[in-house]
Amino acid sequence: MIDKLSWVAIYPEIVLLVMACVIALVDLSTTSARRTRTYILTLLTLAVVAVLTGMAANDGKTIYGFGGMVVSDPMGNWLKCFATVALMVTLVYGRPYAADRDMLRGGELFTISMFALLGMFVMISGSNFLLIYLGLELLTLSSYALVALRRDNAVASEAAMKYFVLGAMASGFLLYGLSMLYGATGSLDVNEVFKIIASGKVNHQVLVFGLVFIVAGLAFKVGAAPFHMWVPDVYQGAPTAVTLLIGAAPELAAFAIIIRLLVEGLLPLAIDWQQMLALLAVASLLVGNLAAIAQTNLKRMLAYSTIAQMGFMLLGLVAGVVNGNTYNAQFAYSASMFYIVTYVLTTLASFGIILLLAREGFESEEITDLAGLNQRSPLYAGVMAIAMFSLAGLPPLVGFYAKLAVLQALIASGQAIYIGLAVFAVIMSLIGAFYYLRVVKVMYFDAPVTASTVSAPRDVRAVLSVNGLLILVLGIVPGGLMTLCAKAIVATLAN
Amino acid sequence: MGLLSLAIWVPIAFGTALLAFGRDENARGVRWVALVGAIVSFLVTVPLYTGFQNGTAAMQFVEKASWIARFNVNYHLGVDGLSLWLVLLTSFITVVVVISAWEVITERVNQYMGAFLILSGFMIGVFAALDGILFYVFFEATLIPMYLIIGIWGGPNKIYAAFKFFIYTLLGSLLMLVALIYLYNKSGGSFDILSWHKLPLGSTAQTFLFFAFFAAFAVKVPMWPVHTWLPDVHVEAPTGGSAVLAAIMLKLGAYGFLRFSMPIAPDASHEWAWLMIALSLIAVIYVGLVALVQEDMKKLVAYSSVAHMGFVTLGFFIFNELGVSGGIVQMIAHGFVSGAMFLGIGVLYDRVHSRQIADYGGVVNTMPKFAAFALLFAMANCGLPGTAGFVGEWMVILGAVKSNFWIGLGAATALIFGAAYTLWMYKRVYLGPVGNDHVKELTDINAREFLMLSLLAIAVLWMGIYPKPFTDVMDVSVTELLRHVATSKLP
Repeated sequence: MIDKLSWVAIYPEIVLLVMACVIALVDLSTTSARRTRTYILTLLTLAVVAVLTGMAANDGKTIYGFGGMVVSDPMGNWLKCFATVALMVTLVYGRPYAADRDMLRGGELFTISMFALLGMFVMISGSNFLLIYLGLELLTLSSYALVALRRDNAVASEAAMKYFVLGAMASGFLLYGLSMLYGATGSLDVNEVFKIIASGKVNHQVLVFGLVFIVAGLAFKVGAAPFHMWVPDVYQGAPTAVTLLIGAAPELAAFAIIIRLLVEGLLPLAIDWQQMLALLAVASLLVGNLAAIAQTNLKRMLAYSTIAQMGFMLLGLVAGVVNGNTYNAQFAYSASMFYIVTYVLTTLASFGIILLLAREGFESEEITDLAGLNQRSPLYAGVMAIAMFSLAGLPPLVGFYAKLAVLQALIASGQAIYIGLAVFAVIMSLIGAFYYLRVVKVMYFDAPVTASTVSAPRDVRAVLSVNGLLILVLGIVPGGLMTLCAKAIVATLAN
Repeated sequence: MGLLSLAIWVPIAFGTALLAFGRDENARGVRWVALVGAIVSFLVTVPLYTGFQNGTAAMQFVEKASWIARFNVNYHLGVDGLSLWLVLLTSFITVVVVISAWEVITERVNQYMGAFLILSGFMIGVFAALDGILFYVFFEATLIPMYLIIGIWGGPNKIYAAFKFFIYTLLGSLLMLVALIYLYNKSGGSFDILSWHKLPLGSTAQTFLFFAFFAAFAVKVPMWPVHTWLPDVHVEAPTGGSAVLAAIMLKLGAYGFLRFSMPIAPDASHEWAWLMIALSLIAVIYVGLVALVQEDMKKLVAYSSVAHMGFVTLGFFIFNELGVSGGIVQMIAHGFVSGAMFLGIGVLYDRVHSRQIADYGGVVNTMPKFAAFALLFAMANCGLPGTAGFVGEWMVILGAVKSNFWIGLGAATALIFGAAYTLWMYKRVYLGPVGNDHVKELTDINAREFLMLSLLAIAVLWMGIYPKPFTDVMDVSVTELLRHVATSKLP
């Protein structure tokens, strides 16, 4: 149902915007170094937003608002819900780290990250190219600021600079591609563009030309090779709390815009963009996995691992349409969605451990800093091991089912080339297993440098335990989340 | 909850509880809880044998429930004559391994015991799974505890060994995963292994599947030439790890041939049987010769394992009843014997901290009781009649002669090499005058070690003297399997 002004479609965004402003004001009167008041208010707001989006997602209804500018559908709402929860977890993990490094002064960490979330929301629910772009810019501008939050730190400033320059270029690419589409179709509305292209009256060459720029821009944003250069530097250079902030929740939003732009808007061009995504996926798997082996810095290794994981996720999108037949699409795209959701869950756990260890006065960025963690704290070593084995795709952890779903989507296509891609991905993930195993090796087999036990605030301890447990429990009963993703994608594709 | 579920989850529950609540401060309690857990999970598997109906090839104790509806994956368990004894073997060896670690492991006891109990549950899961994904999950999950066991409690070069073990076996299994998904799509959306047995498949598809499964199972068995990880891993793994690896984990691969390769791709299995037989014979003869020159006791037994497992795959791929049953009997027998050999080496290693044959000599003078056990197991390892080792090898050789005299002859030479390296090792380690001061100071086995070795000795003798319970169970299943494999599935 299209309404002129469907406020109900954007309730969560409104709450988020209002509360971000309120919290910025409240923070002015806060003197506590740890920003307890701001922190609690932020978490409360996010909890409310998570409940709102979760309820909307559970409704399963699709509502278009503001003349079709925004859409509130199950896929978008679930992604928003997960992104909000991911941000809450990030803030819980990151606050002690940030407080130790005097990053909470002024409370920008909280307010800016809320604006970043708002940006993600707009990206996710935008049904208009311009709005999606605006959301993206709101997110990335907030991210630049967050990376530069430690003004006096040269490494962080450099990372922010790199991030800004390359990010701006990517935005430019995307905008250029979108403008070309607009020129060819005369519309910015996602559904309208779909209809116009499907009618076949538009010059194919112009569309493909625009598509190349759009895919390149998107590849920059998700960090797929060969547009991945910023990822390792920014992951390593940014304060770890911010690394997690830009590495977890925004991936969900990036997935959403890929679906909105490529699937909802440009599905008739699937043959073209599937080829491009396949190339990106192969390059990402190759570059990510091979480069990760050589890393000694843990954050940098995880950055390359992200590139590889994104490659795997893209493979799910590659297999959707076969010979113009879209039957496979819902399975393939829901496999990708499952992949990205579980990836975020796992990333939260692994960075949670890094943040926890980093609090002990040093940065804890090298893989060797984890040495003997098992002797110091079996619980945290266990959580990290679960995260690593899950990223490596070993059952009975959730990462295995993510890989299984993507491989299944590839093989179900029945095309020899896709089966070849599946075998390639499998071999690459074997190489990946090597560096994830090394982290486990360091934690369990090496002797600890210090014998001190690891202590954590109660909230961090509880959330980390739940986080680790979820990776395991979802690995034992993955059915629910899989069905959820499948339903969400079906509802989105139905429009 | 059915018996099979209990057999899988009881050890896992005990193991998880140990990981969560055990500490080194209460190591005594941890050991007892582990022992109780192992014994309870063994007792749970006993009714599987007593309640087993001989004379049918159907799956028994079947449990089925929907697990991942999205992919039509079921929690589907069942055992037949091919898998029943492997389940019992697993739970039995776990009891022995817990006893073997009693005073030996003093650091992180709860993690050691927990890892073995969880591993035991996973392995039983592999033997009981009738759903492709369930099988794969258990098959892969065994890597995690084994990796940690080798890496934490292993020898000086443990990290290299742990990685080699993990990466080698993971590569094989990942290709199997692709094959499983392929079968899922071919069968119209089913992961039911038994329904795959009936699936008609073209010869290209069968060949592809055969080699994908080969990658997974040949590495695990391990067959020559992908066996190189095994000696490295055995040398570095702690005693319990070696025992479980040789006694059970190698069987996961051999079992896979029976459950997947042969019935799903029968035509390809026949077509490539020459390759399997050739590789098996190389394992039996060449690796047997390699074992002859080893200086390290564990390495020697590791190579002897490769040779003995060669008998198993040889038996399977000559496609007659004697061969296949012989292969399965050999799997069980090798489980008892190799487990006993590694635990025996562990007993010596705990005292002298060396596995070099040259560091011993005349152990019989200082450890007469232990030497008697070692003699029994050595004899079983060379396949002396009356011990477990004899039955399987004899059946396989007989089956091989039936199908081709020269293959039978080749396999039979292995008995000579087997006797040679085992007895020569026995002579150098146990017989003769006391070799050095270390040996002079040795004390004989204590009650715990006596118990552990007696359990295995009883099993070895029982199986050697009265193998009927083992063969009766599998007769019909083997006939059915062979009948199935003889039928072409080409469309």
